[in-house]
Amino acid sequence: MTDNLLSIILLTPLAGLLALLFIPSANKQALRLTANIAGFLGFLVSLPLVFGFDRFAEGYQFVENFEWIPFLGARYHLGLDGISLLLVMLTTLMGFLAILSSWNAITDRTKSYYAMLLLLQTGMIGVFLALDFFLFYVFWEIVLVPMYFLIGVWGGPRKLYAAIKFFLYTLTGSVLMLIAILVLYFQYHQEFGVYTFGIQELLRISLPVATQHWVFWLLFVAFAIKVPMFPFHTWLPDAHTEAPTAGSVILAAVLLKMGTYGFVRFSLPLLPDASNTATIVQVVVALSLVGILYGAFVSLVQQDWKKLVAYSSVSHLGFCTLGIFALNPNGIAGSIIQQVNHGISTGMLFLIVGVIYERRHTREIAEYGGLAHVMPKFATVFAFAMLSSAGLPMLNGFVGEFTILQGAFERNPLWAALGVIGIVLGAAYLLWLYQRTMLGKVTNRKNLGLADLSWREMAIFAPLIVWALWIGIYPKPYFEVLEQPVARIVERVRPGVYPPVPPARNVEAATR
Amino acid sequence: MSEYYTALDHLALLPAILLGLFGCAIFLFDFWLFPKASDKSKLTWFVILAEGFTAVALWRQFSYLQESGLPALVAFRGMLSIDGFTLFFNAMFLVAALLTALISYRYLEQEGEHQGEYYGLLLMAQCGMFFMAASTELVTLFVGLELMALTFYVLVGFLARDKRSNEAAMKYFVLGSFSSAFLAYGFSLLYGLTGSTRMADIGALLETRPMTDPLLMLAVGCTIVGVLFKLGVAPFHMWVPDIYEGAPTPVTAYLSVASKAAAVAMLLRLFEGPLAGSRELWEPVLAAAAILTITVGNLGALSQSSVKRMLAYSAIAHAGYMLLGLVAGNATGIKGIVLYAFIYTFMNLGAFLVLIGLHRKGLRGENLEDLNGLMRTNGFASVAMLIFLVSLAGIPPTAGFLAKYYIFLALIESGHYYLALIGVLYVAVAIYYYFRVIRAMFFEEPDALPQLRMSRGLRLAFATAVVATIGIGIFAEPFVRLTGMTLLR
Repeated sequence: MTDNLLSIILLTPLAGLLALLFIPSANKQALRLTANIAGFLGFLVSLPLVFGFDRFAEGYQFVENFEWIPFLGARYHLGLDGISLLLVMLTTLMGFLAILSSWNAITDRTKSYYAMLLLLQTGMIGVFLALDFFLFYVFWEIVLVPMYFLIGVWGGPRKLYAAIKFFLYTLTGSVLMLIAILVLYFQYHQEFGVYTFGIQELLRISLPVATQHWVFWLLFVAFAIKVPMFPFHTWLPDAHTEAPTAGSVILAAVLLKMGTYGFVRFSLPLLPDASNTATIVQVVVALSLVGILYGAFVSLVQQDWKKLVAYSSVSHLGFCTLGIFALNPNGIAGSIIQQVNHGISTGMLFLIVGVIYERRHTREIAEYGGLAHVMPKFATVFAFAMLSSAGLPMLNGFVGEFTILQGAFERNPLWAALGVIGIVLGAAYLLWLYQRTMLGKVTNRKNLGLADLSWREMAIFAPLIVWALWIGIYPKPYFEVLEQPVARIVERVRPGVYPPVPPARNVEAATR
Repeated sequence: MSEYYTALDHLALLPAILLGLFGCAIFLFDFWLFPKASDKSKLTWFVILAEGFTAVALWRQFSYLQESGLPALVAFRGMLSIDGFTLFFNAMFLVAALLTALISYRYLEQEGEHQGEYYGLLLMAQCGMFFMAASTELVTLFVGLELMALTFYVLVGFLARDKRSNEAAMKYFVLGSFSSAFLAYGFSLLYGLTGSTRMADIGALLETRPMTDPLLMLAVGCTIVGVLFKLGVAPFHMWVPDIYEGAPTPVTAYLSVASKAAAVAMLLRLFEGPLAGSRELWEPVLAAAAILTITVGNLGALSQSSVKRMLAYSAIAHAGYMLLGLVAGNATGIKGIVLYAFIYTFMNLGAFLVLIGLHRKGLRGENLEDLNGLMRTNGFASVAMLIFLVSLAGIPPTAGFLAKYYIFLALIESGHYYLALIGVLYVAVAIYYYFRVIRAMFFEEPDALPQLRMSRGLRLAFATAVVATIGIGIFAEPFVRLTGMTLLR
């Protein structure tokens, strides 16, 4: 079974989708149940990865490699390293929780809704598992269609605008990526006489620096739109705000990580010389810092609860790209941990907005106040989510941001200084949001009768809170998992600057 | 069998003979066999029979090539060439004609124009296309083209009591004849320059001429005008929207896939054949025309309120992409065009199926609003339409992605980076108008009318197109490999 574990993980949601097709649309209970079971199974089958993953082994694990379109050199090639492990686990968990959170929220066209969520799930897992650039591109594009429908059919008032905007932005980026892929593909053929899209093979090409530069920019636009980095972020507030709760959760927790993952997996290792050029590093870091500060300032002035969380994503993702382009082990490892953290904490924040929206059908912050008196459990969960997002020590956000800033400081103290301002502002808008909605007296009489969290809702938040505490208190396994792949990337981009440490297992053996 | 008509000549001509005979048989005996209008739908079976025979003939040609190991079966002293290219394109025409016959009968019944000649004309048009793909001689090519064009003039105007159909036929006839004249002029100049109408001789003799020869430029120029018109490439695309809109929808579907594929075959026969040597003359012209076409098609489609017209503009844009494959000028590009035309047959025909299903007498069902809320009334059709539109837009894992991908592959391989860049950016533009249709189907609320009703033939066509559009996208290998046999050089 372990031979095809990755395929099983990839196809479980798809199997759930097929099962859904055979259930009549009128039977909503059965549809919900099937979708939840499929989501839960999807998470269960991914658990063996955690136990079976050898964190000291080099290279990819659980590899599956079959011919797909040999004529083109495209292969069905899946594999997993520490980076993808974390993101795949995040995807399977968040995917399940997103399905679970939709139990009562979605009553219209239930069947298509769950079908789209499950299709999306397969696409996202595929993106993180693909070791073939062509396969990666296919999954990358598959993700667009279900997300378009999730926003467009089940979204808020401006859903149509938001849906097509999301689609057009991302698609523009990805077609540019296609050109970049083809340039690498032909370069490999020119050097080695074989056509391949294999990521490990493509690492061997030696592109002239000038070509690397414009290939970098092509990839950059694709990934930066997805992240989204300033100034490509304008689709995000619309999409996040208009999407249904589960859609926002998936968008924030997983979809945005496809962009940062792209930087780490493709831009840096494939184009090491370009990535290390002063101009490119400066431009990307400057955009990240602008994103951090701009996102934070805009969050401060939002009147709409969900929009505030959306803009906070722009700010938090700025940290992730800042970490990546610090180009040192701390920066990149911190960035990946922060990606998971952002998935957990922003996922929670969107779920919280979803819970309250289901009860009151408004997202205006001014409509709320003093909810802690009415919904104490809700207020506690929100406090957790808010503090984890704000980066309180002992919670997950702190670990990621601290490591990123450490990495940034090593490169340039100014970057770290500006980043710290972002953290302070982050604490400000989150605490202020909490204060306005949760604390004080109940100002709006409509809020008096609100029900507190149900068992199902508690069950959604529980695993996320546990995970947040785990990363916050004992992040060592995460850093260990990331050590090998990150060291490999850094060594490729800046050879010799950080002499490779022998794998920890050897050190243990030597000291024994 | 004489010296002038050998057994091999017969084998080469067999598909055309069959198509012609079956077509004429319908013309002659239709009124006698099926006098009542309600019986005319049985002619669909007749077309299926004809296509069955034609398929067997094509198969015999294929196995002859396999057994003899020859690259081509050259017949009539170099007038026809049965090679992988011919066979591949004819398979395409066959599929298109068959599907068109399946989707036509209900439509014609509704319009009260169910005449037997319709099916005869379908077969005759296919017969013309056979020659367009198989000819290696200018006069044969021209006759094939005219046979196809003339039948299409009639088919476009088949709704004799419908003003728009008549107008479209008239326009198509006038403009089509005009362009044929250009082509004939170009051909005659080529003949004048070389003293031969055989493509192989012309190619060899043109090699010796300098590129700056004004006569050669004129010949190539006229040929380009004629071919580009048939392909619906800007700046000779003006006829496409009007004719697509006015023609009966099944004819539009047939026109958009089969006639386009035949024009592509003609384009490749000429520009990969005798004119291959003068590439430096025509490559910049075609590159400019391709970019102009993609621009005009995509921008024109943005503002259409009729889905049929929108698909017409999208057809213009697709012609531009196919042309880019020729501009790239490498083997990948040629394979790309052929693959594109093949995939386009299924996805574009598929997109017209929904319009045919929605069609009622007096209520044309082609406006964007007519598709509103289709998801609620007919889930299968709207999901199928979604697949076709996503494929037309070029999003994986559908076949349309593979088609576009191959074109970009060729452009990058041959170093045409800017053309590739412009090409991919227009993909994003195209998303917008294809998704307007998707939006209407899935996001809007249904109006009272019209409901989608599907005949058995339409259902079958739907299923075929869906399976092909998804299947070619995922199991691409055999199809990609097949295109390898279509290389002319």
